Amino acid sequence: MPEIRASRDVPTASRLTVLELRVRNHPGAMSHITGLFARRAFNLEAILCVPDPGDAGATSTMLLGVADEPRLEQVERQLEKLHDVLAVRQRPDLPADYFMGLLRPAPSVAG
Amino acid sequence: MKTNGANLLRILLERQGIDTIAGIPGGAILPFYDALHRSRIRHILTRHEQGAGFIAQGMARVTGRAAVALATSGPGATNLITAIADARLDSVPLVAITGQVPQALIGTDAFQEVDAYGLTLPITKHNFLVRSAAELMDVVPQAFAIAESGRPGPVAIDVPKDVQNATIEFEASDLPEPGRREGIAACADAAIDELASLLARAERPVLYLGGGVIAAGAADLARELAHRACAPVVSTLMALGAVPPEDPLFMGMLGMHGTKGTNQLLEEADLLFAIGARFDDRATGKVAEFCPRATIAHVDIDRAEIGKIKRPFLGLVGDAADVLRRLLARLEPAPRPAWCARAAHLRAAHPLRHPPCVEDPLHPVNVCRFLGESLAPDAIVTTDVGQHQMWMAQAYPVRRPRTFLTSGGLGTMGFGLPAAIGASLAAPGRRVVCVSGDGSILMNIQELATLAELDLPVAVVLFNNDHLGLVRQQQELFYNRRFEASRFHAAPDFAALARAFGIRGVRIDPLAGDPLGDLAAALAAPGPCLIDVPIHEGLNVLPMVPPGAANHQTIVETSTREVAHA
Repeated sequence: MPEIRASRDVPTASRLTVLELRVRNHPGAMSHITGLFARRAFNLEAILCVPDPGDAGATSTMLLGVADEPRLEQVERQLEKLHDVLAVRQRPDLPADYFMGLLRPAPSVAG
Repeated sequence: MKTNGANLLRILLERQGIDTIAGIPGGAILPFYDALHRSRIRHILTRHEQGAGFIAQGMARVTGRAAVALATSGPGATNLITAIADARLDSVPLVAITGQVPQALIGTDAFQEVDAYGLTLPITKHNFLVRSAAELMDVVPQAFAIAESGRPGPVAIDVPKDVQNATIEFEASDLPEPGRREGIAACADAAIDELASLLARAERPVLYLGGGVIAAGAADLARELAHRACAPVVSTLMALGAVPPEDPLFMGMLGMHGTKGTNQLLEEADLLFAIGARFDDRATGKVAEFCPRATIAHVDIDRAEIGKIKRPFLGLVGDAADVLRRLLARLEPAPRPAWCARAAHLRAAHPLRHPPCVEDPLHPVNVCRFLGESLAPDAIVTTDVGQHQMWMAQAYPVRRPRTFLTSGGLGTMGFGLPAAIGASLAAPGRRVVCVSGDGSILMNIQELATLAELDLPVAVVLFNNDHLGLVRQQQELFYNRRFEASRFHAAPDFAALARAFGIRGVRIDPLAGDPLGDLAAALAAPGPCLIDVPIHEGLNVLPMVPPGAANHQTIVETSTREVAHA
């Protein structure tokens, strides 16, 4: 999402913090979260969203790659205020390049 | 019972205790209007949806309870947006209900289709697109609970026409409890102890009150704290009325248009106790130089406000009334005679500069003071946005909470008249005065028709200087007097305009023997009216801190006219 990255502060992968969100799973939840990042000029580098097993799809878990900047605490607090966000926590156990590791190149068809 | 979604929505609103809704009908909301036909809810038909939004805001700002504005899809929804955004920035509980095209047509660029959900997303506390009639059972009470709980704010509900028309069957026992304000967890005793000890140790404490004090109903407690701790009080625009101006500890509004003495006091403070205030740039000036000697303690109901602009030494998340009550229970009286004397000296040494009444009765400061003398203490004043708003904030004595309604955060010209109508609906029998400017009033002038229809005791007092005065002032001060697009070369006869709407219109003659007496007479007559008061066109609101400058860099005098009057 390059359009919502604040140009004044381009982060590197090594300064990425992973936030874990539990969110209500409905069509507007993602807009609320990405919209918050866009309008407050917070850096959002990566998103992974998976429906939670076991609650009939009522909630999802979302992992956000967020630049580790001084405003991270403010980012977390603003996220907590969103009605669709049920919980926010940091995942220091996940490495900064966690999202890169998930990307797999498509198999080549040209041979 | 078997009914449709529109009627269920009507029932749920009645159960919320809603007795008045402002709005305008249109295709996508007509099923709900049909349901209103059988309702005890009174509908106020406005002439523009923005008027409906601000009428609802006027009701909410007077009562503290969520009020409802109603519009159709498309342009109805977009016209509401300014009022919703305004409610967001001033933390006003508002529930905005819009019709939407039927779900089968969503995404097809249907007639009067706009993504109201997407448009309201960044300007609401929360928003809903209702996908079935049954969902209304959850959405409506939730919307009111969200709007009124914690830090209040607007909630938008977009209801597609097919949802309004859908049949739904339910028992009376299936209806949900009305949504109510939910309290927040009380902060720990240890934090209150620390706050008490900070206050006890301070030599030069100042209380910095924001709109949260009024929202929490904590005005009396804040005043009690000020006297217990001998701490002078500064107020944001939104907190005017929390402490009456006659109080010896009251220092008025801080920041951009605060007096030099008020901003000087903040320079000297060693403890700044912010209560329900958010360190807005209009209050702090250049943040790095705000209160340079002060330790900061900050109480706010919104955790995200703590440390957003200024990192406090002590931050408490909680309801201001609860925190102040517990703080007072453990705070000994602390006389600080030297500090109180210093505050009194600064207040006396830096009054507003204006010519005496006998010399220039229609100087805006004199008009504001005169309104303060002639209106009853329970009169409600609304303002628009511009010079008149700042003159009122400086000079009008706001004596009670919720009697000064103004667009603070968004600064929306056009707020005043519809907000005054809403205030009058919510406070029957009380005089409501909308102080406006010739720029602002034209932005929602059509609501004079609504006012004429309702025949409410609302008086518009128009500060008329043929200019966008605050723009003109900034061009004079900061753009080397290059006056661009700030003067009106054609102006309506406002008194005649009011009469054309069916409202009493009066123009005050500045050369008459007693123009303020004429103003009083016009105000004393019953019913709605518009009073056009000519104001000198070159006057500036002073003092003024240049945008981006530190508060100690305030400009105290400018033009020759000001100097001559000083």
